[in-house]
Order: sequence, then C-alpha cells, then structure tokens
Amino acid sequence: MAPDAWMLYGLMYKSRVFEEAVRQIWQAGRISGEMHLGLGEEAIAAGIIPQLVEGDALALDHRGTPAMLMRGVAPLALLREFMGSPDGLCAGMGGHMHLFAPEKLAASSGIVGAAGPAAAGFGLAAQMLRPNCVSVAFFGDGATSAGMLLESFNLAVVWKLPVLFVCKDNDWAITTPAETAVGGNLLARARAFGMRAEEVDGRDALAVWQAASEALRHARAGNGPVFLWAHCIHLEGHFLGDGLLDMFRRPVYSLRKRVWPMVKGFFHPQGAAWGERLAAARQIVGQVLSIQNQTSPQGDPLLCLRPALERENARRLADLEASIRDEIQKVVSQAVALEGNMA
Amino acid sequence: MRKMSFSEAIDDALGQGMAADPRVLLLGEDVQGLHGGLFLRFGRQRVRNTPISEAAFLGAAVAASMAGLRPVAEIMLVDFLAVAVDALLNHASKLETFSGGRWQAPLVVRTACGGGYGDGGQHEQSLWGWLAHIPGLSVVVPSTPADAGGLMLAALELGSPVVFMEHKLISSIWLDFLGSGGRDTVTFDVPPDGEHGRVPDRWQPIPLGQALLRKKGSDVTIVTLGVGVHRALQASAELEKQGLSAGVLDLRSVSPLDKAAVCQEVSRTGRLLVVDEDYEGFGLSGELAAIVLEAGISCKYARVCTQTTIPFARRLEDETLPNVARIGAACRKLAG
Ligand SMILES: Cc1ncc(C[n+]2csc(CCOP(=O)(O)OP(=O)(O)O)c2C)c(N)n1
Repeated sequence: MAPDAWMLYGLMYKSRVFEEAVRQIWQAGRISGEMHLGLGEEAIAAGIIPQLVEGDALALDHRGTPAMLMRGVAPLALLREFMGSPDGLCAGMGGHMHLFAPEKLAASSGIVGAAGPAAAGFGLAAQMLRPNCVSVAFFGDGATSAGMLLESFNLAVVWKLPVLFVCKDNDWAITTPAETAVGGNLLARARAFGMRAEEVDGRDALAVWQAASEALRHARAGNGPVFLWAHCIHLEGHFLGDGLLDMFRRPVYSLRKRVWPMVKGFFHPQGAAWGERLAAARQIVGQVLSIQNQTSPQGDPLLCLRPALERENARRLADLEASIRDEIQKVVSQAVALEGNMA
Repeated sequence: MRKMSFSEAIDDALGQGMAADPRVLLLGEDVQGLHGGLFLRFGRQRVRNTPISEAAFLGAAVAASMAGLRPVAEIMLVDFLAVAVDALLNHASKLETFSGGRWQAPLVVRTACGGGYGDGGQHEQSLWGWLAHIPGLSVVVPSTPADAGGLMLAALELGSPVVFMEHKLISSIWLDFLGSGGRDTVTFDVPPDGEHGRVPDRWQPIPLGQALLRKKGSDVTIVTLGVGVHRALQASAELEKQGLSAGVLDLRSVSPLDKAAVCQEVSRTGRLLVVDEDYEGFGLSGELAAIVLEAGISCKYARVCTQTTIPFARRLEDETLPNVARIGAACRKLAG
C-alpha cells in the first residue's frame, strides 16, 4: 500500500495544532505538572500508526499524545484528561504521561524503558490470541540505556514476538546528549540481538511509512521483532519550560535561577582545580548552544512534507489546514466550557 | 547563621562533604545540570551524568562504595528506584550481615519524593516505609533546610547505606523543574518553613534516628515527617484556637526510628495521630502503633495517610495526600 501524503500530513498537522493548543493551556496554568509534547516527532507516529489494524497494540512512553491522537483517541478526551477532569480519557486520574485506551490496546508509562516489556507482552498476546497482529513500542534514545528495554529485545527475539521497537532518537535525554550516554551504534546493537534493524529519517513521514511497512510485514508474518531507529528533534526540548532552551528564550529568569548557582559554585574557594572547573563550564555552554538545533526548521517534519503538497495543490492544502485548525479550536472551546460548567 | 533554601542546603552540605573527602562523588541522571553549582565547583570526575540505567549505576555505586569510594547516587525520583531496587534490597542492605560484619557499603542514595504539584501517581510517591522495611538501610526524610544539610552530612559519614529523601514540595529546584516549569500561572501549597530557613555557617552532622519535638502538646501527639510536619503544625495552630493542644514530633528518619521519643510523647498525651504521606497499609503508620503497643503504652490511635494511588487531578490529589483539614478532624475525633 502506497502512503497517502495528504493523509499523513493531515495527521501530523492535527497533532501539531492540538499540541500547540495544549502548550497554551498548560502555560495558562490549567494543566498541572510536567508536559512532554511530541512537537517535532510527528512524522514517526504518522508513518506507522495508520498502518495498524484492529487488534494491534501500542506501548507508549511519557510522550504519547501524537500516537494516541493518530490512533483515533478523541482530542477532547485527551485535553480533558490533561486538565485533570472526570470526563477525561482516564477520568483525570492519569494525566498526559499515563494515557490508556483499552479498546485500542494502547498503554503508556512515565517510567523510561517500560514500553519495551509492555510491547513484548502485547506481542505475546497477539501471537497467542490474535494472529497477524503486532505491537509497537515507542521510546527515546535515553530509554536504550534501560535494562528492561534491552531485556525485551532479547525476549522478543527468542520468542519471535511480533513487535516493532521504534526509537525516536532526538539525540538528547533531558540535558544529557546521546553521545555521552549511548554506547556503540544502535543498529549494530539491535542486530547483535538477532533482530532485523533499519535506520530512517524520522522527519520524513513517507520514509518512515516505507520502513515501517516492511517491518510490519516481517513481524505480521511471524518472523520476529524489528527495530526501527528514527531520528527526530523536539521543538520544545525535553518538556515545556526546558531549562537549556530557556537560557536563550528567557535569559533573565535563567540567569537568576540556573546560572547564578553555577557561578557561585565555579568561584567557591574549595573545589577542583581551575582546569576542571573550566571544562565543566565549557561543557554547559556547549550544551546550551547545541540544544538550539532542536528547534531548527530543517528538522521540522511538517516543513519537510508541506512544500511538495503546496506545489501539488495549494488550495487543497489551505483548506485542509483550515479545517483542522477549526476542529481543534472547537475542541479547545468545548474543553474550556466544560471546565467552566464544573467550576 | 545563613539563610538558604531546602535544596540549596542539601547541595551546600554535600559540597562541604565533597571538599572534605575526595572519595565522595555525585552520580546520576542529569546531575551536572540539576546540581550545576556542584558541577562547576568539582568538575566532571566528581559530578557524573549517567545514562538512564538505574540498575547499573546504583549497583555500581554499591560496589564502588565497597571498594573505597563514597558515592552519592541520585535516583531522580524515588518512583524510579523501582527499576533498580535490587541494588538496595539484595546487596547494599545485606552486605554487612553476609560478610559477617567484615564489609560495609558507605553509600548515599539521594532521591526526590512526595507530591502536591500535579505529576500523578508514578512520580509523586513517598515509599519511605517500603524502603525502611528492609533491614540494613537507613532512610532519612528531612523537613527543613537546617535538618536537610545536617542529615546529609551525617549520611555521608555514616559508613552504611542511607536513602536520603528530599520532598519536592519544599525543594525549589524540583518544584520548579517538575511543577511549575517556569510558569507563574500555577501555585502550590508550599510550607515556607520547609522551603527556606536558617542554617548554620558550617554544617555539623545531625545524628540519624533523633526525632525532634517541633511543638509541645498535651492532648494529642502527632508523629510525622517531611511535609507532614508542616501540615501538622498548621493543623495544630488551628486546633489551639479551639482549645485543643496537639504536639508535633518530627521523626526526621524512618530508619533508624526514634522509638524512645515516640513512646515518651505518646505516654504523656495518651493519644497518637500518625500523619504519613506514604501509603497507609503495611507501613510506617502501622509500625508506630506496634511500637507503642510493644512498649505497653495504652493510647488512642488514628492515622492520616495516603490510601490510594495518587490521582493526577489536582483537587483529588490534595484530598488524597494528608492535608490540614484531615489532620484537624482526626485530632478532634481522637480528643473527643
Ligand atoms: C526509570 C526512569 N528513570 C528516569 C526517569 C526520568 N526521565 C523522564 S524522561 C527522561 C529522559 C528520557 O529520554 P528519552 O528516552 O530519550 O526520551 P525523550 O524524553 O527524549 O523523548 C528521564 C530521565 C524516568 N521517568 N524513569
């Protein structure tokens, strides 16, 4: 089946507009706690999820909103969940890191690495109860350091489980660059487990679709798990209010909150030799500078697909975008009105 | 006397300990950013970022401590300790016994705990009772900056494994990181005396296992720890206006547990109320009842604890965690 670029773009655009609305509502203080958005990784979910069928399962991490949305969970139910209301997807009990949709066999966890065992278990249930069905795990580069994920790779291989392990690699885990935390090469690592493994440009929804299509065929045919290594960025960094991105976005606040304690530490009379301190300072500066690439338009999966669609039919694109914006705007108004009714 | 925040106090005391003893090092996820002051002061050898591999780095910290280092391993949130609990349950805590007293693991596990800021039930647990259940582990839960620093220094010097727990609601670093995310559109019920306060110019260790009577009372003894101390003090102030005198005993550590102080206070008032943010069943609150019973003290008993998985919804969360209203009602019922 060839991918429909319009459909993929529509999914990504809807996720983008929805999460941008979530950002505003969070910023206004109507959503509590942390907020990890999938802004920047939409193409990975869009390239895979439309290829799932009934009976397929999803094991998500703390960044599950785009996947839930694309699997068909109502945006209103998600938004009300984030707002902690009884009419939310999980009655306001879980929040954005703990989204569950039993009818779609979609479960999330805020524990890094937990998507691995969950996908293996969903895969086992598929193998025994639902022939030809698969499970898909989504996780970040940081999770590839979690023992339980690697144990799941092995379990899935030795049991030939129908699992697609998808690493959404944005090169960072909070403030830790992957190059300082992830040893070796992830493709080689997955292959060493005896697993089929592919690398793909996670900005390119069509490329993800192609790679996933083959991987899913492999898994559905009973040939065992596949590892998909998809590269992406996170436009908002790790979460809303990301400290490293804030250094440029809100310099005054950052100077007071984050830089000042470092300056005091740097000049403390008792500590390491100056060379050591300077190396530490250089490292922080380097990280602040290099994390800025997370926000680069070149990495934005929507901008990657949009120009081709615009060339093909600018009018259709404008209509598509307008109708999605309308839909989400309605969802937001409804969510806010419902909150008013409850207060 | 200096004044500083709870989170500054912990890093400050840890810094004093690191300056005094080159074997002390801090390792954990993102510690170079989260504890940037220590990173820029002590550099990359002694403040080490780890991969998200708790089972590996906590287990490694145990062995490193057996081989001469004094690691402080940070498990970001105590909830995440679950993936690495083997290192504590089966190794650090058992070493001294297994080796016939010939080997110790002088390790500090530093971890943030507690709720009240809307992150949900997988990020806001307390779990100190669960950890203190294991023989061979000390579990420290400070409630003020002065205690936090002094207890950290004692933990560094103890010579056996200590879990040092910092409640996120009074730890401005964590609350800013996870709760507000830099927003000024959200507010939290932060106890000011927990978040900020006077600390000594130079830290002295506060021995583990010494409870502190925060307030004298003649009708009821509230035994508590962490943020519970501040909730109890507030409830006690309100009860006082109604003519009820409730004392507040701050345990400061769950293990070792200051049984003598608990028994002394409870035998005076004849009424024990435990305020414990950890889960109600099979934990600290039941343990305290057992202790007074074993001591032959006859008293009335009640507890205000967390009974269920902590809901994400803020309002439900506030009802689930011990709050001033529930503490006040429980005291009145005990005294009535
Ligand atoms: C077991 C565990 N350890 C630590 C954390 C804290 N934590 C939450 S997200 C995160 C980084 C995850 O990085 P990655 O897997 O690359 O995903 P990303 O956030 O970049 O999408 C960390 C350390 C956690 N939730 N669970």
